[in-house]
This record gives sequence, structure tokens and C-alpha cells, in this order.
Amino acid sequence: MLEFRIKAQRGHFRLEVDSRFRSGWTVIFGPSGAGKSTILRILAGLDIPDDGRIVLDEEVLTDTAANHNVRPGRRRTALVAQHPALFPHLNAASNVAYGLASLDSEAQAQRVRQMLELVGAQDLATRLPHDLSGGEAQRVALARSLAPLPRLLLLDEPFSALDGAASDSLLSRLQQWTSDHKVQAVLVTHDATDAFAAGAEVALLREGLLFAQGPAVEVLGHERKRMIDRLDGFEKRN
Amino acid sequence: MIDWQAFALTIKLATATTAILLVIAVPLSALLVLGKSRWLAPLEALTILPLVLPPTVLGFFLLVLLGLRTSVGRAIAAVLGHPLAFSFEGLVVGSVIYSLPFAVQPVVAGFSSIEPALIDAARVLGAGPVRLVWSLLVPLARRSLLAAAVLGFLHTVGEFGVVLMLGGDIPGATRTLSIVLYNQVESFNYEAASHTAVLLLALSIVALAAIYLGGRWRGGRNA
Repeated sequence: MLEFRIKAQRGHFRLEVDSRFRSGWTVIFGPSGAGKSTILRILAGLDIPDDGRIVLDEEVLTDTAANHNVRPGRRRTALVAQHPALFPHLNAASNVAYGLASLDSEAQAQRVRQMLELVGAQDLATRLPHDLSGGEAQRVALARSLAPLPRLLLLDEPFSALDGAASDSLLSRLQQWTSDHKVQAVLVTHDATDAFAAGAEVALLREGLLFAQGPAVEVLGHERKRMIDRLDGFEKRN
Repeated sequence: MIDWQAFALTIKLATATTAILLVIAVPLSALLVLGKSRWLAPLEALTILPLVLPPTVLGFFLLVLLGLRTSVGRAIAAVLGHPLAFSFEGLVVGSVIYSLPFAVQPVVAGFSSIEPALIDAARVLGAGPVRLVWSLLVPLARRSLLAAAVLGFLHTVGEFGVVLMLGGDIPGATRTLSIVLYNQVESFNYEAASHTAVLLLALSIVALAAIYLGGRWRGGRNA
């Protein structure tokens, strides 16, 4: 279970959230600029809140009152951003192996193979990042984040460069993998279809504040109606 | 015509200085780029100081500091068996300090141009400061490192004021090509001076060519 209380002032933007994510998958839904990515950066340990406390499975990761912040690489937390940020001088396999320094070379190679297969990128192992399409790079970045077997997976619109079918297929495989490995996942999106596809608990974020939290059909009822109305209008026109 | 002993000493001095500069510049630049301490701004200013200080002034301060007049100089002399002033080792120390900004600034620029998202990704994947520098910053800023090495080398080859103040003019120990050139001009031996000057110019052109060609062979960009 992930519990967090975060207060952070970044320029004119104020983020203030206090929540518990109990389910295996939680979607943080909100418009651009709502503070979704900032929450993920703070949960990953890349950014320290002005005031806050983050607890994952009873381990305190951040506690500003105690001046305690576990550094990013020690949290067993993975972050997959919209921009894949692959290391340009390393091929796909070496990118995936980057977080596996503690394993011997044979175990590394095996894990890299497994992860590339999971994301459907086994044929890309020897390719350099500049030879990959946006979607391929996102698959490799996802494999790289999963390889160290994190206990918390933070996904910041990680499928934005994939088409709908590929995105749904990858999401489905990823949900199965996180369930098998008991990894808690938090997916950030401003696309309601992602939130419904994940079938997860949804936290609705607006202007740095948490407005609602619950099942997607309840929290995103308005978004669901808007999508259905748009589809109805499209069918009537055609 | 050409003082080959001074040429060999100049190359030896520039090579030693460049090697030490790179060893200092990489971690120092990484600290300046990645660090968050409020002391980093004064530290960066301190590394730039030799750029604005007249070489003779820097040479004079080092001469006093490393000579037998100060406790620091006497302690070093006790360890080495001779004072650092008027020795090759003293010239290396002076050259490293004098050329530090020429090595640090390109490396800082190279490290700063690396996308922060790459650094964040490496940190989340468990890279500590040392691994971050060697596995990411150094390979991605290799062209800046080459520029730092060449600039540090050339600056040392051409330095005069610090060398003269700190090392004097001892053949085989502190007499570099710049000192030889000065001596030749002072004695109106313009023919020998022109040979020495052309040799210094040729060294500069070769080194500068190494920056540009090296960058292209290695795939360009900052890298």
C-alpha cells in the first residue's frame, strides 16, 4: 500500500495531496498542468516536497519532518516517463541492463531477454536509441524500468507514442506482470480511455488538488458520458 | 636552431598538466553541474579566478607559497627534499592551477548540455554519483573532454608568465619553449626565434585540428 501526504510549491503552482493507494493499479487522471508528473517525481525521490511523508508497504521513503529521503535508486521504484530518455550511447539491451549492476552477466542477459520479450521488443536488442521509433523507444524504456523488479512502478503516460491496439495489448501484459510479481503501479494520464482500459482505481487531480478517488466509472462518469456523446455524434453524422 | 631539450620539457609539462587537469576537471565539473550546495557558486568562481588573474601575479603568489618563505613551502620541501619553486614539479602545480578554467569550463558546458531526463533515469535505476559520471556523463560529453584536454595542453605549452615567475630559466628543468623564444628575441636572434615560434604555432594547429576532427570521427554532437 502506498500512502502519501505531499505539499509542494513550484513557482505559482501549488500541489497539495493526501491519499492512500490500496489497489494494485491506480490511475491519476487530470488535465495537463494538474501536477500529475510532479507527484510521480516526488514519489520516485527525484524531487523532495516542501512538506510531506511517503510510505510504501510500511517503509518510510520520505519524511520531511525527520529530514529523511531515501535516494531514488534505493527505493526499488521505477519511473517510466512519456519521453523514453534512453541512454543514446547504449543499445537497447545495454539500456535494459543498466539497472542490473548487482547481477552477474548471465543473469543480466537472461533478465534483459525476458523484459524485452515482455514488451514485444526482443528484435530491438542490438539497436541504438536513434534507430528506434517513438513507440519502440517507449517499449525499451518500459523494459529498462521493469528489469530491476521494482515494488512500485510509476508510469507517466508511457504509451503515448503507441497506437490504441498496441497500447491496450501492452497495458494488458503489463497488468498481468505486475500482478504476478506483486508490483504496485501508478499510471498518470490525461486520456480517459487509458483510465478505463486500466480498469483501476482512479484519483482525479485538478490544479494540484485531489478532487475525487474511486472506481473509474464513478470518478470519471462525466468523462465517460462525454466520450459516449462524441461517439454518438460521430455515428449520426456517418 | 631549435632547443629540442626545451621542446621535450614543454611536451612533458603539458602532458603531465593535461592528465592531472582531466583527473581534477571531471569530478569537479560533475559536482558543479549535479551538486546542490550553496558553496558551489563560490567554488565555480574560484576555478575561474586564474582566468582573470595576471599570470605574473599568479606566478608570484605561487613562488611565495611554494618557496621556503612559508610553512606550506617548507613542509613540501621537507617531503620532496627540495622546494617546489624552481623545479619541474612546481611548474606542473602552477600549470594545473593556471590552466584549470580552460579544462573545467568545457567539461561543465558538456555535462550541462546532457538532458536532465537521462540523469534522472540513471538515478532511478540506481546509479550513484561515481557510476553516473563514468557511465553517462563522460561518454556523452566526450567531445567536451577532448576540447578540455586540448585547451589545457595548448594553454600549458604557451604559458610564459607563471613559468618565468615560478620556474625561472633552468635548462632541462624549467626552461620551456616560451622561455626559449623570449631569450632568443631578447638576444636579437630572430631567425632562431622564428623557428621556435613556428614550432609553437604548429603544435597549436595540430591540437586544434584534433578537437574538430576528433569530434567528427566520434560521431559529432556533444558527445
